[in-house]
This record gives sequence, structure tokens and C-alpha cells, in this order.
Amino acid sequence: MTVNAGEYTLNFVKTQSGNELVKLTRRQLLQRGLVVGSGLVLGSGFIAGSNAAWALEVKSLTPQTMATLVQMARDIYPHDSFGDDLYAAAVKSHDDTAASDAEFKTMIENGVAQLNSLAKAEGHVDYVSTGWEIDRTNILKSIESEPFFQTIRGGLVVGLYNQPAVWDKLGYEGASFEKGGYLERGFDDIDWL
Amino acid sequence: MTAPYDLDDNSVVVIIGTGAGGGTLANELAQKGIDVVALEAGGRHLPQDYINDEWPSFSQLAWTDMRTTSGSWRVAKDFANLPAWIVKAVGGSTVHWAGASLRIQDHEFRAKTHYGEVAGASLQDWPLTLKDLEPYYDKAEDKMGVTRTNGIPGLPGNNNFKVMKAGADKLGYKNCHTGRMAINSQPRHDRASCRQLGFCFQGCKMGAKWSTAYTEIPMGEATGHLEVREHAHVLTIEHDAAGKVSGVLYQDKDGNQHVQKARAVCVAGNSIESPRLLLNSASSMFPDGLGNSSGQVGKNYMRHMTGSVYASFEKPVHMYRGTTMAGIITDESKHDPSRGFVGGYEMETLSIGIPFMAAFLNPGGWGREFSATMDSYENLAGMWLVGEDMPQESNAITLSDEKDQFGLAAANVHFDDHPNDIAMRNHAYKQGMAVYDAVGATQTHPTPPYPSTHNLGTNRMSAKASDGVVNKFGQSHDIANLFVSDGSQFTTGAAENPTLTIVTLAIRQADYIAEQMTSKAI
Ligand SMILES: Cc1cc2nc3c(=O)[nH]c(=O)nc-3n(C[C@H](O)[C@H](O)[C@H](O)COP(=O)(O)OP(=O)(O)OC[C@H]3O[C@@H](n4cnc5c(N)ncnc54)[C@H](O)[C@@H]3O)c2cc1C
Ligand code: SF4
Repeated sequence: MTVNAGEYTLNFVKTQSGNELVKLTRRQLLQRGLVVGSGLVLGSGFIAGSNAAWALEVKSLTPQTMATLVQMARDIYPHDSFGDDLYAAAVKSHDDTAASDAEFKTMIENGVAQLNSLAKAEGHVDYVSTGWEIDRTNILKSIESEPFFQTIRGGLVVGLYNQPAVWDKLGYEGASFEKGGYLERGFDDIDWL
Repeated sequence: MTAPYDLDDNSVVVIIGTGAGGGTLANELAQKGIDVVALEAGGRHLPQDYINDEWPSFSQLAWTDMRTTSGSWRVAKDFANLPAWIVKAVGGSTVHWAGASLRIQDHEFRAKTHYGEVAGASLQDWPLTLKDLEPYYDKAEDKMGVTRTNGIPGLPGNNNFKVMKAGADKLGYKNCHTGRMAINSQPRHDRASCRQLGFCFQGCKMGAKWSTAYTEIPMGEATGHLEVREHAHVLTIEHDAAGKVSGVLYQDKDGNQHVQKARAVCVAGNSIESPRLLLNSASSMFPDGLGNSSGQVGKNYMRHMTGSVYASFEKPVHMYRGTTMAGIITDESKHDPSRGFVGGYEMETLSIGIPFMAAFLNPGGWGREFSATMDSYENLAGMWLVGEDMPQESNAITLSDEKDQFGLAAANVHFDDHPNDIAMRNHAYKQGMAVYDAVGATQTHPTPPYPSTHNLGTNRMSAKASDGVVNKFGQSHDIANLFVSDGSQFTTGAAENPTLTIVTLAIRQADYIAEQMTSKAI
């Protein structure tokens, strides 16, 4: 379901990383991919975690672009306890949109190219291999009012934070009716006041 | 006659919208044996259908038809097509609401007299007093089962409340408790008691919280004098050659249009749709819209001064466990101009889940500061600040250039804060942060207003016909058989959450409509 809430569109898709990301063996990975700066593995038609715990099929965007979006997602909402799988799941829908919308695809590919050339101008190889978060954040700051940035950021609001795996990490317990509410499960258990 | 009614039956009272105002009025009239057809744009969702998950629930219940915004309020930038967070369903926004049920204070009904002239504000006194409403407030509190009234005990305090209470005590606030809530603290009126689910905004799956969807509406239907038509979206109100309203044009689920004839029409579509409907019903006899000889239809839009404060602590709070609005501090709701503003505000606990926190904490925000707050979610406590905002004629619902799905002009919602609103918000932020600092907050987050949940004032009641749209019974100054039955009647906003007063006015209006029908005045 999609609701036009204004500047950005909220896409109410539930991204459940476990369901969408494929598991590969480390051996399969090494056969098929090569490791890039961000710690991701890029192969033809997929990106994967270097620990082989997950892989994401990329159909329309290039794997390099997808890997950049994953890094960019982490830089926009950095949570050091989140694995890349959560960020990959959060940006995955852009690949689907790009498959059916050529203009969108161009915007994304151009946006990523722009990130890389801004990184080069600062003496780095490209965006994902820019070492410090602050340097990548400064690059993002310089394009934050542009549609490319706003599309990625806006999409993350729901794409990242509407994942039950993210709720677990952040200590939010989700639906409670099935469990009888919190009446007997700690609604008033605070003990440090 | 008993329900269902014919389209040509011009003896029925037609009510548009089944929320706090419309749903209550429908039942009250039906109990008196008056035949009612209530037309509701949304569908019927009951407790078993409600979803304990913020975005799916939002898509199940919220009003997301086209709307536009303008003005300097931040919502116009961050949520340009979502100025308000309200419901399209049988029960209206009482499905979403948190249940806080407070009476408006005596002096707030006399805002103009009590506060004096405020530059730029279109303040007026209400054409009625607290005394006039007291007997009806009593009935409303009983009907809704408001805690701390009628011998109903308060709800137990959850973690979020306990943090607020500890801070309030340290700060010397005297009036902090678990609120007057239309939520059963014990089984009452065939409804269960609260099990502290924490999803009050998503529709109460226990049915513990009062909502017209499963109280007033089925009670009215049981009399045989109320027919509720769901997915019936009213497009315009029609009138006869004498200038009396004669029926309404609506579209059903299948896209077919019908005219339901009526003896009287009561508009209760909430403060954005009600004025839009009157404006969209303009005719050659009423070129500026129905009931608009004063030019006040749509004007004086109020949304309450709001804001939230979330605070991070060293240890877990789990604020989302249990009732969303679990407690209140009322000390700041007085009128004390030495604080630098007129009117007052309430501080009420509030919690939202991770999905909504991401959208509302700081819309557009990103980077480590933002995610650090999200990382501390487990350790957050939160409160909502809600106070009287100044009515301003330029804050208005007007017809937008954009069209809705029926090809009718959508509503544009224009809002600028009044300097008094800003001064009050700054004070409220300061006090809210002080409450949490007093119990060891490590960070406080003054969070901007959400899309409006309290929408008021756009068909205001006034003593003089030239000053407002309806009289003290919600009857149009211009057209005797046209009524406004929702929060758009409010002359001023007061500090309190509005629904108890909307329900109170609806009960009183039902008596008045019955009298007018008996005396053949309408
Ligand atoms: C999240 C949230 C929390 C809240 N918490 C509180 C609280 O704790 N305390 C409090 O006092 N208030 C609270 N409120 C506010 C409260 O819900 C509203 O003030 C109240 O419901 C408004 O009543 P109403 O009759 O004006 O409109 P609503 O209850 O919104 O009802 C309007 C109805 O009219 C229908 N309608 C509109 N146009 C048409 C049309 N053209 N044809 C047919 N039907 C139409 C709508 O679909 C809707 O069902 C809260 C609101 C929200 C959203
Ligand atoms: S906390 Fe209570 S009122 Fe709120 S949804 Fe749960 S049972 Fe209903």
C-alpha cells in the first residue's frame, strides 16, 4: 500500500529480511563474487554479505549501485548493531522500481555516479571506499536537498524501520494482543526510579 | 417507521459521519424514536479487525483522500498531503483516539472576556457556559465510562506514567495522575477492561476504550430507528426553493450516486470535511456555500498547540507497554499570562512504536543524532503537549485546485502559528524537558507537531449570526434544518482534548433537535 504523504511517498511494504535475502555458502560466494570496500561481496546479478550470511539478487540496477545504496542507507541512519542485511532489505525495493520505471532507474544510477565523483574530488576512490563516516556524511550533506537523496532517505523511514528484525534490535516488542497485552508482562515493571 | 429507510423518505434526519459527534447524535436521536440515516464514507471495522501494527493499521483506518496544505506550519512541508491524522471508518476518529476525556474549564468558554484582546486572534466567547453544559458533561462521562468520574477508578500507571509522575513530583507539580480516560479500568457496559495492550491509537482490540464504532452505533441500530450506510461518501447537500436543506447526494461503494431525502441534515465529518462539504454545496441561492452568509465557514481552523517531548534515560522504560495516554499533568492548564502567553496546556504521556517514531521524531532528519535516539528507544519516555491555540481568520479550510477521487475540489488546509502558540509551545517544551531532567534524562528531544489529530473551529458557534456559522445548539444561523454536530462547532479550542465536549454537545443537540421537530420548527 502506498500513501502520498507529500514530499516523499510512504511505501508501506513490510520488509522481512529473512524472506527476501538468499543464503549462500561462503564457498559459493567466493566462487561467484569479489569483495569490495564496504565489506560486501559483489557478483553478477547479486550482492552479498562477506560472511555469506545473506545475499540479495539485483535485477535492474548494477550490483555496484546496490552496494552503494546499502552503504548510503547505513550512513543516513547509522545503527552500529545492524547488519548490512537490514539495510539491504531496506533499499531492495528501489531495484524493483527501477525494473519498471526507466526514469527512476536513471535517477538512481546518476545519483550514485554523483556520489562517486564527489568522493573522487575529495581524493577517495569512490563513495563506498571513503573510509570515515564523517567524510561520507559530508558528501551526503552536499546533496541532501536533491530528489535522489530524498528518495533514498524517505524510503528508509518505512523500509528500514518497519522491519520486525529492526524492532527486535531496538527493543520494541510489536503486537501484544495475542500475548494478552502487557498487564501481566511488565507494563509497570520499572525499578530504577 | 423502522430502518432501513427509502431514499425518498423525507422524514428522516440524515447525519453525515459517524465519529464522536455524528455517532453519538445518531444514537441519541434513535433512542428518542427519531428515524436516522447515518452516511459514513468509510467501512466498518470492529475490535477483532484492528491491527496491532502501526502502518498496516494506518492504511486500514486513516483518511488518505487527497488534501493539500499551505502556510508556515512544518506539517505543510513534511506531510504536504497529510495535514491531519484522522479516521475514515464507522466510528470516525474515536477508533484512533487515546481516550483522554477532560471538561473544558469555565474561563475557557469566555476566552475573549477572560484573555482580553489578543492581536491577530479572532477570539470570541462561546455562546454558552460551563453551567449550561454540566448536566450534559455528566451524561457524556457516564456514557463513555470516564475514569475518575461516576465512581470509576483510575487506570493503573504504566512505566511511562511512572517516569512522568516522578519528574512531576520532583518539579513540584501538584496535579499528576493517570488521567480521566474513556477506557474501562473495570468491566463496564458489557465491555472488557483494559489489558494494557499499548495500541490504543490502532483501535482497541479489547473494546475497553469507548468508540462510537462499537458502543453508540450498535445501540442506536438496536432501536430500529438508525440505519448506518457504510462506504457512503456524501458529495453535496441539496436544498429546496425555500432555502431549506432537502437531502444529500452521496456515492456508494460501487460508484453509484443517490440522493437521500431528509427532514434535517447534521454535518459531522470532522473539521476539514464539514466545511469542505458546505463550501462544495454552493448553489445559485447560496453562492458562497451553505450556511455561509457570515463568510466564516472554514475559517478559524484550530489544531491545538501541540508538540512532544521524548527523553532518553540510562535504563529501560518500555514506554510502549500499556495505555498510550497513561497519565497527565494539569498544573499548566491554567490561564497565567505571567508565563508570556494566554491560555494553558496539558502534559499527557504518549508513546509511539518504532515505525511511527521513525516518521514523526524529526521528519526529514537523518544522521547519527537521529539514529542515536532510535537506538535508545527502549530507554525513552514520552509526553504530548496540548494547549489552546489562538483562532485566526486566516487559518482556514478552503477549496483546493486539486480534486479528490470524485472530481470535487479537495480541502486545502492553511495554518500559521500565532505568536501566542509559539510562546506556549516553547514554555511547554521547557517544562516537559524539565520533568524528565528532574529524573535523570540523558537527552531530551523536543519533537515537532504531528499531522493534526484535533481539528476544530471551522464552523464555529456564535451568539451573533455575523460572527459565526451556527448557534449555541449547532444549528445553522442561516438554514434552520441544517446542523453542525462535530468539533468544527468549537468557538475556541481550550487546553483540553476535545472529544468529551464534542460528545456532550451532541447529546445536548439531540434534545434540541427533538424539541424543534416536536414544535414543528423544523
Ligand atoms: C491518534 C489520535 C488520538 C486522539 N486522542 C484523543 C484523546 O485522547 N482525547 C480526545 O479528546 N481526542 C482525541 N483525538 C481526537 C478525536 O478523535 C477527535 O476529536 C474526534 O473524534 C472528532 O470527532 P468528530 O465527530 O469531529 O470527527 P470524527 O470522529 O473524525 O468523525 C468524522 C467522520 O465523518 C466521516 N466523513 C467525513 N466526511 C464525510 C463525507 N463527506 N461523507 C460521509 N462521511 C464523511 C469520516 O469518515 C469520519 O468517520 C485523537 C485523535 C487521533 C487521530
Ligand atoms: S491499552 Fe487498554 S485501551 Fe489501549 S488498546 Fe490496550 S486494552 Fe485498549
